[in-house]
Amino acid sequence: MDLQVAKKKLGLKERYALMTRGLGWETTYQKMDDVFPMDTFEGIKIHDWEAWEDPFRLTMDSYWKYQAEKERKLYAIVDAFAQNNGHLTVSDARYINTVKLFINALAPLEYQSHRGFAHIGRQFRGVGPRVACLMQSLDELRHAQTQVHAISNYNRYYNGMAEFRHHFDYMPYLQVPRSFFEDATAAGPFEFITAIGFSFEYVLTNLVFVPFISGAAYNGDMGAMTFGFSAQSDEARHMTLGLEVIKFMLEQDPGNVPIVQKWLNKWTWRGVRVLTLVAMMQDYMLPKRVMSWAEAWEIYFEENCGALFRDLERYGITMPPCVEQVRKERDHLSHMAWSQFYQGRGTNDFHTWLPSAEEMDWLSAKYPETFDQYYRPRFEYWAKLEAEGKPFESAGMPMQCQLCQIPMFFTEPGEPLVLAQRHRHHDGEQYHFCSEYCAEIFDDEPEKYIQAKIPVHQIYQGKQFPEGTDPTAEGFDPAAAVGAFLRLDPASTGNFVGSQDEANFNMWRGLTRSND
Amino acid sequence: MSRTESSVFVALQANADTRELVEAILADNPHAVLHEDPAMVRISAVGSLSVHAESVSERIGRDYDLQEMHINLISLSGHVDETDETFTLSWAN
Repeated sequence: MDLQVAKKKLGLKERYALMTRGLGWETTYQKMDDVFPMDTFEGIKIHDWEAWEDPFRLTMDSYWKYQAEKERKLYAIVDAFAQNNGHLTVSDARYINTVKLFINALAPLEYQSHRGFAHIGRQFRGVGPRVACLMQSLDELRHAQTQVHAISNYNRYYNGMAEFRHHFDYMPYLQVPRSFFEDATAAGPFEFITAIGFSFEYVLTNLVFVPFISGAAYNGDMGAMTFGFSAQSDEARHMTLGLEVIKFMLEQDPGNVPIVQKWLNKWTWRGVRVLTLVAMMQDYMLPKRVMSWAEAWEIYFEENCGALFRDLERYGITMPPCVEQVRKERDHLSHMAWSQFYQGRGTNDFHTWLPSAEEMDWLSAKYPETFDQYYRPRFEYWAKLEAEGKPFESAGMPMQCQLCQIPMFFTEPGEPLVLAQRHRHHDGEQYHFCSEYCAEIFDDEPEKYIQAKIPVHQIYQGKQFPEGTDPTAEGFDPAAAVGAFLRLDPASTGNFVGSQDEANFNMWRGLTRSND
Repeated sequence: MSRTESSVFVALQANADTRELVEAILADNPHAVLHEDPAMVRISAVGSLSVHAESVSERIGRDYDLQEMHINLISLSGHVDETDETFTLSWAN
């Protein structure tokens, strides 16, 4: 890029003040409390909105200029990718399953985030945060659009992506990210921005868009590399906004400290549970590996969040108690998750496979305390069953945690062979949880979480059959009816080995290397 | 716990736009460490890290607006302090 920089008459700080704060006013014929009815009910007290310090002093005119430049770069690469059959340059076709997870699980969250920030951008009475939320809302819409656009180049050739909107609404495993976001958007504006700015941006996107996208580049995926890094260039601004809001709340009133601490505890745990999917992408789904989940965790959680919590100590904030359990689960997470998806592979919209001998050696080296002891024997046993022609696949549906909605496969912290289960009773009903921390979040707001639509419950209640289905008809096949409702294409499910995607990729790649 | 020294970092796309920017940051922050990963670089530093517009301008042969960094920025950590001349990341402990 070669932008000419015009000499400006005002300094950055003055320019920024005029272009943001200068746009707001105190209302006269309506009360401010009536105009901004939502920024008080959570109990957060703000005495002086003017004390807000904007981390990035980006004014609207600069914002448009730089975002336009990002888009030009992105679309140049996306077009080159499509024109050169970029999908055939990836390391191997298994990689494409990470792209499927991306479009089904993550791109819809960008859209949810767009809606959430558009909402709270209206609700804060301070002008600085309102302008920042407006920009973030536009960024998130851009991310959803560019991800859908870039991934459409894969959808033309491979299965499992075409129904991403329907799948995000109903597919059981996708209710994990969806419920995370709906929990946040159903909260007040301060909790929303803590949840998304801290948990989603600072913790989650750093782990998705940085090591994972670097891994995508390493696997030859120019398309994912460009939309990933282009999105993350905005996230740097977003996470800084989130941290600024946290700092602002803590500085405004000592009574805000326990409320913010409660949210940080809750959303650290919620974010880490959603990261289970990313852990598995990092360790099992990238054919060429850059760094293990555990290594990425050390940099982007232990170092980065450690620094943040040390920084917040001066306000009386402490590291969330759940971090102790998170550390114990670090070396188990990706293995447990991949095992679960492998066993339930008939009901996913992407393919799974058993790790090769070489991949298992890599996992042993990266997870010396856990892989050989607890997980290698399972994969070797399943490989033996596959070789004997009787592969194992679970026939039933798993029990899901009422809170995070992940199937209850987690083991007790420090006891990797004991299944973890917690239960609560509320209003005559029993609810099940994967962990003490999910149960504690429930205890704080049971009326909210009893409303969760747990996918397996929905299926058992007969709510996930196509309209007009008669379950009493002779020969009724409930599994087929649920598959039809979910618009689950059998070609997109099951084992990667022997799939249509594998066959097509090999044939097309073969054609690029011969004249036949 | 507060005995541990906190690091800040900035992650940038590895491309023709950022070559001189990375050079300038490393020259201006002798305590910084460069980590090279596929398609990206991450520069971390204990305490704080500063980017000076002038230092980048000298290397690219034209005026540099620090906000141009947004185009190739991947991620960062630490509190941001931004003026026309300098962009600084730091933790307050």
